[in-house]
Amino acid sequence: MWIEPNERIVNQVQILDESGSIIGTNPDIPDEDLIALYKWMVQARTFDQRALQLQRQGRIGTYAPMIGQEAAQIGSAYALEKRDWIYPSYREVAASLVHGVSMSNFFLYTMGNLQGGSSASVTNVFPVQIIIGAQCLHAVGGAWASKYNSENSVSVAYIGDGGTSQGDFHEALNFAGVYKLPVVFFVQNNQWAISVPRSKQTASDTIAQKAAAYGISGIQVDGNDVLAVYSTMKEALERAREGKPVLIEAVTYRQGPHTTADDPTKYRQNEEVEAWLDKDPLKRMKAFLLDRNLWNEELDQQEFEIANEKVSKAFEKASSSPTSKTSEVFDLVYEQKPKQLIEQQNSIVTEGALK
Amino acid sequence: MTKMTMIEAINFTLRKEMERDNRVICLGEDIGKNGGVFRATDGLQALFGEKRVVDTPIAESAIVGTAVGMAARGLRPVAEIQFLGFIYEAMDQMAAQASRIRFRSAGTLTAPMVVRSPFGGGVRTPELHSDSLEGLFLHSPGMKVVMPSSPYDAKGLLAASIRDNDPVLFLEPMKLYRAFKEEVPEEDYLLEIGKANVLKEGEDLTVITYGPTVPLVKTVVEQFEKQEGLSIEIIDLRTIAPLDEDTIIASVQKTGRAVIVHEAVKTGGPGAEISALINEKALFHLSAPIIRVTGFDTPYPVPSVEDDWLPNAARISQGIHEVLSH
Repeated sequence: MWIEPNERIVNQVQILDESGSIIGTNPDIPDEDLIALYKWMVQARTFDQRALQLQRQGRIGTYAPMIGQEAAQIGSAYALEKRDWIYPSYREVAASLVHGVSMSNFFLYTMGNLQGGSSASVTNVFPVQIIIGAQCLHAVGGAWASKYNSENSVSVAYIGDGGTSQGDFHEALNFAGVYKLPVVFFVQNNQWAISVPRSKQTASDTIAQKAAAYGISGIQVDGNDVLAVYSTMKEALERAREGKPVLIEAVTYRQGPHTTADDPTKYRQNEEVEAWLDKDPLKRMKAFLLDRNLWNEELDQQEFEIANEKVSKAFEKASSSPTSKTSEVFDLVYEQKPKQLIEQQNSIVTEGALK
Repeated sequence: MTKMTMIEAINFTLRKEMERDNRVICLGEDIGKNGGVFRATDGLQALFGEKRVVDTPIAESAIVGTAVGMAARGLRPVAEIQFLGFIYEAMDQMAAQASRIRFRSAGTLTAPMVVRSPFGGGVRTPELHSDSLEGLFLHSPGMKVVMPSSPYDAKGLLAASIRDNDPVLFLEPMKLYRAFKEEVPEEDYLLEIGKANVLKEGEDLTVITYGPTVPLVKTVVEQFEKQEGLSIEIIDLRTIAPLDEDTIIASVQKTGRAVIVHEAVKTGGPGAEISALINEKALFHLSAPIIRVTGFDTPYPVPSVEDDWLPNAARISQGIHEVLSH
């Protein structure tokens, strides 16, 4: 019997519709968590917008905005235990903050400070990965180590829809399935890999269905619905802890440019962006909380002010941190510097010093 | 003391290191039940179980990439790439991941891992089974590149590589796996990574080599000395990243002449780096140009012509003659 492409029906998990009304199963989430989820989204969006401004002012370097993906990142990261690990790409600032990376540390990264990736071992967030998909294998290796040491820790690889085209993604899913590792592959399908749309990335109807080929579980969730993401991730983590790896496709949208160096008007229509703004993750969660009388406009305004203040403090902290010295790069290559590096370290001539 | 071949020494060392440290695990293609295509891991799965000696799917990037993930979380993986010619599949995980995790994390994460791989020619293999690609990793800061030329060296260097806190590419010359036996102490000993071995002292010329060409160089030099009444120094580098500059420079300052021998292709190869190093640090001690006797700048050829492609006795002798003619 032929297996036809895309004959598998994938039902997207949804709890909130675009207006914030419950359409799925009402999740049993305590009020304080509902509020915390929204507060994190406010914090992440505020950070994102400020980072964009700071880049435009030349005060930080290239930044990859995640606006529009707050629900996907926060819903998933909020479901983790502290002992779990995140293996992020470069667009995972929201998930990283929730799991313990400080905003000032993330600023250091964007400012090109050598200490930008220094919080990995205390936060359980791997340093930012630039090579698309490469971190999937590190997550699998991390999961392998935790299984080997019976640590009951899940490793979560965060990637985008573009990342699912890479060989490392497929090798990672394959290994995870073969060795039954405690790992979750969290794909944020934000529709665009720089300028290439999801439809040109893969002929599969969904990314979630790719799980089937590797003998692991897959699920598609509305990535702009923080409650659906959180509930789905909770279930995924339970499975992963039992040695059943999971692939999650969170359907979302990159509202901003790929990075601060990108101009998306070159390759996508404004109508498309507008349509997705109606599905904005903050808007619908706020509506849900207002409807439940858990939130009001005054609190909302306050929360944005608090978030803004926190970003300012974090930026001040990062700005007043010691800047990196060229000589330090030689100290971070090997445990012990070989003679060549010592010699090169001693040979640094500062630009302009010989004039 | 026991007489061992190189492959026996490697197998013995892996067993000893796994007994010594529970964090050491082996992974790779056909390394479990089959014991590896060259039997480097023979019997280890029976001893340590499938948890510690893992047969993986055929995916070099995943073998190295998962090893990086394991190493960063406290294990000490020893990954096998079945033949070095296959490592192109894992170049990102080798050069951009394993080599850089210390740097990227500001020293808070490390990748204490070993990638073992057979390499080198002369054994009549199909394509991409004999390539000497060590130069690629000489050019990848953060990676160490170690290669033994004898059973004794294999044991001391492999143990040191497994205990090293940085990633090590450990290259095993496959034509030397069973070429000869020598006395290898069963007791624990380590050979320092980054330290060359002066195999034989001499006054008139230095031959710098490593790995598969070492025994051949020894034979050629022996004959040469007998015939010509000369005294030739031989340096077995043992490690090409980091290079042991002090030993190379001291030797060339003494002899004033150098021939570099390796199987890797000539352009941009380790010989080019060594030659540049001598140029920078010992130029005025030289009495003659430095000559490289290496593989040619072509893909590794087919078995019917490989003996002429490789640095053979005739080509090495020619190189020595040329340097002495000045």
